[in-house]
Amino acid sequence: MRGKMTAITHHIPDALLAAYAAGSLPQPYALVVASHISLCLDCRATFDAHQAAGGAVLDTAERAHLSNGVKARVLEQLDAPVAPEPVFQRSGVFPGPVMEVLKGKPPRWRTVGGGVRQSILSATGEGSVRLLFIPPGQAVPDHSHNGLELTLVLQGSFSDETGRFGVGDMEVADEHLEHTPVADVGAPCICLAATDAPLRFRTLVPRLLQPLFRI
Amino acid sequence: MTKPSRQISPQTLQMLAVRDARDRAAFSRLFDYFAPRLKGFIMRSGTGSGQAEEIVQDVMLTVWRKASMFDPQRANVSAWIYQIARNRQIDVIRKENRPLPEALGAPPADEPDASQILAVEQEAGQLKDALARLKPDQREIIEKAYLGELTHQEISTQTGLPLGTIKSRIRLGLERLRHELKDAR
Ligand SMILES: [Zn+2]
Repeated sequence: MRGKMTAITHHIPDALLAAYAAGSLPQPYALVVASHISLCLDCRATFDAHQAAGGAVLDTAERAHLSNGVKARVLEQLDAPVAPEPVFQRSGVFPGPVMEVLKGKPPRWRTVGGGVRQSILSATGEGSVRLLFIPPGQAVPDHSHNGLELTLVLQGSFSDETGRFGVGDMEVADEHLEHTPVADVGAPCICLAATDAPLRFRTLVPRLLQPLFRI
Repeated sequence: MTKPSRQISPQTLQMLAVRDARDRAAFSRLFDYFAPRLKGFIMRSGTGSGQAEEIVQDVMLTVWRKASMFDPQRANVSAWIYQIARNRQIDVIRKENRPLPEALGAPPADEPDASQILAVEQEAGQLKDALARLKPDQREIIEKAYLGELTHQEISTQTGLPLGTIKSRIRLGLERLRHELKDAR
């Protein structure tokens, strides 16, 4: 249904997938995980398996008494008209969950230097998630992050000290990984990247300018 | 070695009657089974009784309205309702929309594969048995994890339930669905 799929070799670690299924993953990471599942049948099966485990917990939950009228209120609403919810389809390389955040519109890119562009999808105290556009052969500016960083490739590929990442692959980097991802030759690399802290680009933009660019 | 063969559960049959025939009596029985469990489940995370009941109402209405998305070849009813409940809890309590994967599309209603449905149910039943056999402290950790009370760092340190077999089984259902959707195009 996806058309041609390249083989995905870097998947979601199980603890992240469990946290996502349970709804405890912060929003920026959850967006990357939901996007990977949209591309990966294998992780979708694991996600469904975690739902089955959640279902077992629900099934064995202690039953609580319901107030009078709760059931009647539900039954009388069964025929109430409901406004259809918008469904955001994938568009080009952008999976449905990304299109939902973009509200169906194309991303608005901002240049951050060296031909690299970004489009911030959300940035809160919980972290940030953005799209990155990296020209072939170009390094993602050397950066470090305070905590976990998830990067999902949507187009092209990149390589760093830990390996090569193609479409659908997700790199998991913690604060100990000093890495320099370089976009491979070919199509420009487009990634979806989430961190729990604002990224600190080391070489490209002076620290002072960071608030201006929100990077 | 033969296991005592299990039947498709009443909840699955009721859910299929809701999905395929909009059967209100079946929905009423599903409500009686799930609503008290949902309320207990939701209140365990510290939500008050009144708000928990509002969430239960929303969840059960979603079960009715989105019934066409229920696919017993991939999920048993409890698993499906669990996910609806967690989504609703996050909407209400955290005031944010949880990003969700692209939907695969409604399962074709014709020719359901009864053996696949039964296998998914059996695996889910074994998961429930495994949960019941855990030591109380281990079991509490699993419950906390699926109530959304543990971070992914906390989850990574605990010993999980055996999910391998149900995962393989679900994967078969997913592949079948993908195949059918491709053929339908
Ligand atoms: Zn995967």
